[in-house]
Parts: sequence; structure tokens; C-alpha cells
Amino acid sequence: MLHHALHTPSVAELLEAVDKIAREVVGPAAASVDAESRFPSESIGALRDGGFLGALVPAQYGGLGCSYADVAMMCTILGRHCGSSAMVFAMHQIQVACLVEHCQGVPHFDTVLREIALDGRLLASATTELGVGGDVRSSICAVERDGDRFRLEKNASVISYGDYVDDVLVTARKDGDAAASDQVLVHVQRPGLELTSNGTWDAFGMRGTCSIGYLLIATGDVAQIVPVPYSELSERTMLPVTHILWSSLWLGIADGALDKARIYVRAAARKNAGTVPLGARHLAVAQAKLEAMRGNIESAITEFDAVRREQEESPSLGFAIRMNDLKVTASTLVVEIVQTALLICGIAGFRNDTPFSLGRELRDAHSAALMVHNDRITEHNASLLCIAKDV
Amino acid sequence: MTDRATIIRGIVAEHGKLAVDVATIADADSLYGAGLTSHASVNVMLALEDEFDVEFPERLLKRATFESILNLRGALDALLGAD
Repeated sequence: MLHHALHTPSVAELLEAVDKIAREVVGPAAASVDAESRFPSESIGALRDGGFLGALVPAQYGGLGCSYADVAMMCTILGRHCGSSAMVFAMHQIQVACLVEHCQGVPHFDTVLREIALDGRLLASATTELGVGGDVRSSICAVERDGDRFRLEKNASVISYGDYVDDVLVTARKDGDAAASDQVLVHVQRPGLELTSNGTWDAFGMRGTCSIGYLLIATGDVAQIVPVPYSELSERTMLPVTHILWSSLWLGIADGALDKARIYVRAAARKNAGTVPLGARHLAVAQAKLEAMRGNIESAITEFDAVRREQEESPSLGFAIRMNDLKVTASTLVVEIVQTALLICGIAGFRNDTPFSLGRELRDAHSAALMVHNDRITEHNASLLCIAKDV
Repeated sequence: MTDRATIIRGIVAEHGKLAVDVATIADADSLYGAGLTSHASVNVMLALEDEFDVEFPERLLKRATFESILNLRGALDALLGAD
């Protein structure tokens, strides 16, 4: 494993290693992951073996100690080759980020962080719940406390890759008397975790995420409850990191699709030197959108890193608005860019049996607007803009 | 004249959509703990701005401001001077 190497690998070496995994393992598996709607075991296995499931875990716990910018780039690299693998990787990293930012120094979580780094435990999220209408900031289920022990039962509408997870971070009301919005995040793991699936995942995109519903029943020690209210953790970390890493992998999907279009255009240009191929204009427009997408992500990471450093100060409304805007814009641009790549590659892109096939990328891209629906996010921003001043 | 804390309580009762009766909440109690959502906090802010004819500057538009009736009162006092 990389983190056992004699020297501390540089960021460039780490990104190169992820790129190698993406080209040699993730990309070759992508078609069968998509066709069979199966978990990308080989992709996640290779990333685990490389120590990348502990990418965000600080070095003192045995992790790679990568920055958010580094992990965002990893998501982009993976997204170029397989949207589902990149999404599983991103969702895992989002959970790790919550523990890294809010749980260091808490004995139970120090152990968890070490295990993520050294054993490559895979984390998933159970924030959605049947009956709350898609609002992850409210819960029906509650942590039922009994002395130092708790029990938690949640009808989770989705736990992506739930059959393959080691640990789950679950939202719930902090106790039986708490209001729906008064939530905590609870770390649960086997043997104190029982997941019973109650559905199938046969979607037209992101088929490898295996995003099915589960009845989750967990027991454990109250030390497994994240010591910060979920409202604060969500605002400071989970929401911004989610939007940054999702946008980064969508950038990868867009860039992967556009790369097929670039090859197509260059080949056409060579055949007819002196004439700019028809598709080249489309390529120029799509390339500009790709750069806008990348710029949005970079500026969001810069702002997020600044907010992280200011632990005493709660983030501004402008920060929340901009993180939301990042998601809405990136999820819109990824579809536009992949569609443009399809226009450029034409029938070769439409067919499923050419090097230019774009079906999977286009189908995966369409999930972006729906994962935390853009309508919900835009409505939230609309309401914030009724009071925000300096944005 | 109705004091600020009472007016704030009235507005929180009307717009806060709390899970409990505002009368049962102490000035320092957490409004988030009482069920105040981010969406409802926007409406509380708008109603306060209208009632006191004031605009909350960006630096006060933070979770901490809405944490309790006491904090809302403090924010208004800072903007309007003590009543």
C-alpha cells in the first residue's frame, strides 16, 4: 500500500497512482458495471489497496493527509472513466470529511479514522428517510438512549452501495423528544448494524452505485454519536464537500466525454487539412463550459478551505448560496457538455459499440440534477436571497 | 410599550414553526433544538426586519444569531440601541 511506502508520496505521485488505477481498473470495468448494474468492486478494491479510501485522513492516523483539492482531482480523474465508481468514491470521502472535520480527538472516532486509513473501511451515508419528502434536514427516526447504549431504527429510502459498506453515518433526531430538525449524525457498524434491503436498483444511469433502500437497525455506545449537531456539521462540511466532490466527478464525466469529441475532431481535421471540421465549433463552446465548471470548483474549494480555518465564525449566507450554486451549475453544465460531445461524435457517439459511444456518460450525467434535486436547491437559494445582502 | 423580547417571541411564534409552544422556551434556549429550520429562520428574519424597520447586515445572518431569543434580542439591540 502506498502509505506504507518508505517515502511520503507527493501529491503528483498520488494523482498519478489514481490515474493509473482509473485507466487500468476503473475504465475497463465501467461497461460491465453499467450493463449489470453492479457495484464496482474492482475499482473500489484497487483504490482501497492504494490507501485512497483514507485519502482525507490526516497522516497521524495513518492516512494520506490529502487536501480537499487533491481529493476533488481524484474524483475528476475517476469520473473520466466511470461515473459510478467516482460517485461511490466521492460519497465515501464526504463521510470521511465529516469525521475528519468534527471528530478528531474523540476516542471512538480516532479509532475509526485509523481503521479507515489502515484497513480501508468503506463508509456510506443514510441521510434520506421514507416519509420526510426528501428533506434530509429533518428526521422521523430518533436515537433511543438507554444509559450509555443506544438503539436506532431508520427506514432509509436510499443507502448507496449499502450491501458493500463497512460503516454508515446515519442522521436521526437526537432523542425521542427532539424536534424533526434537531438531528445528530451517528456512526454505526457491524455487528451493531443490520441492513435489510427493500428494493432494487435498476436506473438508467449511475447504475453501479446500487442505491437501494434499507431498513437500518443499529445498536451501539452513545460515544458513536458525532459530538456536533448535524445542522452545524451539514452547513460547515457535509453540504459543501458534497457539492465540491460531486461537481468534481461530474467535471470528470464531462471531460471524459469531451475527450472522445476531441479525438473525433482532430481525426476529422487531419483528413481535411485547411478546413475547420463542423464539430470543432461545438468543441470550442463545450471546452469553454468545461473551463467554467473547473473554475467554479476551484473557487469553491478556496472558499471552503477558508471557512474550515475559521472554526469560531459560522459560515456566511453567501457561502451557502455559492456552494448551492456550484452544484446547480455543474449539474447543468455536465449534461450540456456531454450532449455537445454527442453532437460532435454524431452516430459514432450514439452507437453503443464504437470508441466514441457516449450513452453511459449521458445517462450518468442526467443523475446530477436529481441528486438533491436542483429545484429544491434553487428554492432554498431563492429564500436565502430574500435576506442576504453581500453576495 | 411592548418590549423587544415580547415582540421577538410573537414573531418566533408566528413564523418559527417550532415543534413546541414558544411560551415554554426560555430566552437562552436553543431555537434549533425547538425545531427551528433554516427555512423558518429566513421567515423569522424577514418578519423582524419588517417589524423593526431595519436590515440585518450580512455579519448577523448566521446560525448563531438565530440560536435563541436572547441572541436575536442581542442582534436587534446592537442595530437599534437598547430599548
